[in-house]
Amino acid sequence: MAKGRIEFDYGKCKCCLLCTKFCPTNILVLDTTKINEKGYNLIRVTEAEKCIGCAFCAMMCPDSVITVYRLEGSKV
Amino acid sequence: MSKVLLKGNEAVALAALKGGCDAFFGYPITPQNEIPEYLSKYMKEQGKVFLQAESEIAAINMVYGASGAGARVMTSSSSPGIALKQEGISYLCGANLPCVIVNVMRGGPGLGGIQPSQADYYQITRGGGNGDYRVISYAPYNIQELYEFVQRAFDVADYYRNPVMIAIDGLLGQMMEPVDTSVEIKKREIPDKETWATTGYNPTNKRRIINSLYLDPQELEKHNQRLIEKYNQIQENEQMYETYFLEDSEVIIVAYGTMARIALSSIATLREKGYRVGLIRPITLWPYPLKAFENLPTSAKYILCAELSAGQMIDDVKIAINGRLPVYFFGRQGGMVPDPEEISAVVKKIMEEK
Amino acid sequence: MEKIVYQKSKGLTDATLSYCPGCTHGIIHKLVAECLEELGVLEKTIGVASVGCSVLSYNFFNCDMQQAAHGRACAVATGIKRTRPDSVVFTYQGDGDLASIGIAETIHAANRGENFTVIFVNNAIYGMTGGQMAPTTLIGQKTTTSPFGRSVVDHGEPIRISEMFATIPRASFIARVSVHNVQNVRNAKKMIKKAFQYQLENKGFSLIEVLSTCPVNWGMTPYDALQWVEKEMINYYPLGVYKDNYENK
Repeated sequence: MAKGRIEFDYGKCKCCLLCTKFCPTNILVLDTTKINEKGYNLIRVTEAEKCIGCAFCAMMCPDSVITVYRLEGSKV
Repeated sequence: MSKVLLKGNEAVALAALKGGCDAFFGYPITPQNEIPEYLSKYMKEQGKVFLQAESEIAAINMVYGASGAGARVMTSSSSPGIALKQEGISYLCGANLPCVIVNVMRGGPGLGGIQPSQADYYQITRGGGNGDYRVISYAPYNIQELYEFVQRAFDVADYYRNPVMIAIDGLLGQMMEPVDTSVEIKKREIPDKETWATTGYNPTNKRRIINSLYLDPQELEKHNQRLIEKYNQIQENEQMYETYFLEDSEVIIVAYGTMARIALSSIATLREKGYRVGLIRPITLWPYPLKAFENLPTSAKYILCAELSAGQMIDDVKIAINGRLPVYFFGRQGGMVPDPEEISAVVKKIMEEK
Repeated sequence: MEKIVYQKSKGLTDATLSYCPGCTHGIIHKLVAECLEELGVLEKTIGVASVGCSVLSYNFFNCDMQQAAHGRACAVATGIKRTRPDSVVFTYQGDGDLASIGIAETIHAANRGENFTVIFVNNAIYGMTGGQMAPTTLIGQKTTTSPFGRSVVDHGEPIRISEMFATIPRASFIARVSVHNVQNVRNAKKMIKKAFQYQLENKGFSLIEVLSTCPVNWGMTPYDALQWVEKEMINYYPLGVYKDNYENK
């Protein structure tokens, strides 16, 4: 089971891709098949089970789009 | 009745304290220095804020911040310093912020001189800042009136949420006259500032924003229309003037402040000699007292606008007269103050030309 | 059981930020908002927005806000703090606003030791107006008004605000931070929080200079812009605490 989980507030995402660059497990990718109301492509989590809940993606997100959950007791 | 001998600038400072001024921000400039000098001592003693800013620009923006935070606030300066404050005044108007600005006018343009002048009429009534905005302005003509109008200005500013300017010249700022300081000014009911002032919000309320930016042109036009509505209300309710000897006058002099005093001396002499001369003395420069010109006596044949400038208020006099009567002008510039005889000579010349 | 370890700060409103994609203004906004939230002072905070890209920041910070004329944020903040000394006051200014047109107001506020916090966002360019040269534009950096690169002969050296302000006796806490990676974001937050803590302890003027990006006007991707901060900007604008009147005594 994954240590962490993230949720996107997709409506506010501007697809700057910084989250994808700072994810230490490289599980965030650009999804060119979807766009939001603003016309930006969305970000997809490829291998959710690899998320460690480190919140690097959220910390580097300029638009506060990402909420990060972590299993109680698990450490990054 | 107790009368105190007060210098004009001191009367301003004393009246500010009596008018409930919480904070003063200013920058030295002649001929208004007695105002900050006086306040630097007494504001501190009364636990209020006095701060000498690094410039007139900083001072007016400190006024903006303090006013936006709900304080009763004042600044004072003189002509070139008021020019520097114009941007801030436009912002204050745009953000619906009250404050009192005292302008002890001196000669211009540029650095000009330090002697009395009324050449700021345009910058007071038209403004040097950008956008459609208006500043209420009072032009008292003696120290008693000055003392009373500074107090009144704080109330009127808060009532309309708009800057109010006190427009005097260096002569009124520097001269001394006995003032009855026991006179009580009728207070207005001031709307609660908590609805708009940034005082730190309570989560049950909406947070407050002091702002003059509206990027959407429709929003900005609506904002302008709300301001215009306010200005119309002020024009309707706040025009102030006094008239003297109008009933039978052939020549009506229009003059304010120091020039009105000189005109009254001139009129006294002229009337002794049988010349029928009267005076309209605007007290508010904006809103201009158009009402004073509505029912002129049938005897009125000539209007003489007299100013310590090259002729600025004459524009408003002509708007008020609207072509009904010929409008003549007399003015001195650069800090030169005329003798009453100079005005008398002009009046005689006009009457003899007919 | 899972718990939330990171979420949008209550110090920010629901409004979508007006900044371009990947602009680090958004990260700096978060840090300020998180600090105010964590210190429990949102309800007594009055922020001052400046002119430039952050002109609309009054829509984003979830506290009482005033919008100031260009360069005058520190004068406005002085007026607020002097009349409401119990409130927490901060300005949020860019390099054009603070280091060019507003340098006098900022220096004098620091010199008086005004008890408020300045967040100075240095991205070496005028972003809002379309990428013109700023007082902090690097030598050789091309902008729309320095198309051949900034030259020392014409425009002098870029102004180093933190170093300059560290010479002012009554400036209590001056630090330059960056947000180009996670470690630096964490450190930037620490410094911003310390600045606000100093204010709460009546320790006087604090200024945190945050190196920031302008991907659009620099002509880079957001990530490349972060790299440029690390490789170019930090060389000229070294990070660190430049002044701490209370730590070294």
